[in-house]
Amino acid sequence: MQKELLHYTLRLGDNALILGHRLAEWCGHGPVLEQDIALSNIALDHLGQARMLLQYAARQKGESYTEDKVAFFRDITEYYNLLILELPNGDWGDTLARQFLFDTYNYFFYTELLNSKDDHLKAVAQKAIKEITYHAQWSAEWIIRLGDGTEESHQRVQKSIDDLWMWTGEMFTMDEIDQKLIEEGVAVDLAPIKEQWHQKVAEILDVATLKKPQDDWMQSGGKQGEHSEYLGYILAEMQHLPRMHPEAEW
Amino acid sequence: MKTKEDQIWQWLEEVTDPEIPVLTVVDMGVVREVDLAGDHPVVKITPTYSGCPAMNEIEQNIKGKLLQEGLDNVEVQTVLSPPWTTDWMTDKGKERLREYGIAPPEGSSADKSVLFGKPKQVQCPHCGSQETTMVSQFGSTPCKALYKCTNCQEPFDYFKCI
Ligand SMILES: [Zn+2]
Repeated sequence: MQKELLHYTLRLGDNALILGHRLAEWCGHGPVLEQDIALSNIALDHLGQARMLLQYAARQKGESYTEDKVAFFRDITEYYNLLILELPNGDWGDTLARQFLFDTYNYFFYTELLNSKDDHLKAVAQKAIKEITYHAQWSAEWIIRLGDGTEESHQRVQKSIDDLWMWTGEMFTMDEIDQKLIEEGVAVDLAPIKEQWHQKVAEILDVATLKKPQDDWMQSGGKQGEHSEYLGYILAEMQHLPRMHPEAEW
Repeated sequence: MKTKEDQIWQWLEEVTDPEIPVLTVVDMGVVREVDLAGDHPVVKITPTYSGCPAMNEIEQNIKGKLLQEGLDNVEVQTVLSPPWTTDWMTDKGKERLREYGIAPPEGSSADKSVLFGKPKQVQCPHCGSQETTMVSQFGSTPCKALYKCTNCQEPFDYFKCI
């Protein structure tokens, strides 16, 4: 088992798991039926991607591990998702702004992960990129609709983008884990991803008649296991049942 | 002469998709390989979508069918690569979809609309009109999008081309 590869796999798996969990909270609460269904579908895609990645993490950890054990029996400091994904959903505009900022990143990230020298990560990327492309298209269209919509939708989604901006920097930070795996051709170099992301986000925001915020101080820590209190509540809800009844089955 | 492998494929032709019962798992292109090289038969399947909730049931149904035919030690393996594409759906499967009221995937996945591209023109499975509009990119299951026909006014599912 390679410590860096496991950590990296968990970062990707936790991103998918936590965002999938957050989006599932919208189920039954969407503004209209079609969009409720859309978010539930996207949540399901993320959950499916999380499973492929956590199965891989479990395999790396050893024979006694399963994807469920990895998801339900890790504590908060052992979760490595991006902080932006654990933030509460807020209103429709907040959720869509987060989707747009993250989906765009995810699209460029997974496009590059297709070239990974790790066979399993590459296979996950081949599968996931088709879904992620759909997500990115959908959330960008919503940002344009809200930004270039009514005066109220314009103001509110601008505020959503502004408020979320300080959580976007973490997507592009790299530490020694990234460095080591980039050298091995396994991980994605985030420097070019950052450029592509800024360009695409600027392009869509421009069409949406929204202002792109200036980069300022950025939040970070999620990738290293330092989280906001919000993740604690997510894990409490998600892990409660399997921890109370570890033998429970469907 | 029919080989054992052919026979297994033929049996698999009778296993239907739990969500779209007019399609078999072979029509869907979900079964990738029947491998008889080892000491027990291995059927390799690939998920349509990462989170497709039907995959577990498909696995159980394949095992159940083959058990019924006397094969009690079949292993079903899930493979991710190469990823499933609607190109693997058989022509017979596409025709059955249309008869069932779901518009089959149009064209090849190779010319799929690029990021932030335009939605595809899809033919209405009810009246055959090309005058249709997309209502939502997401439908009742991960593999479908929701469309509406402006000719006959009926809504319909479109099996997304991926
Ligand atoms: Zn029609």
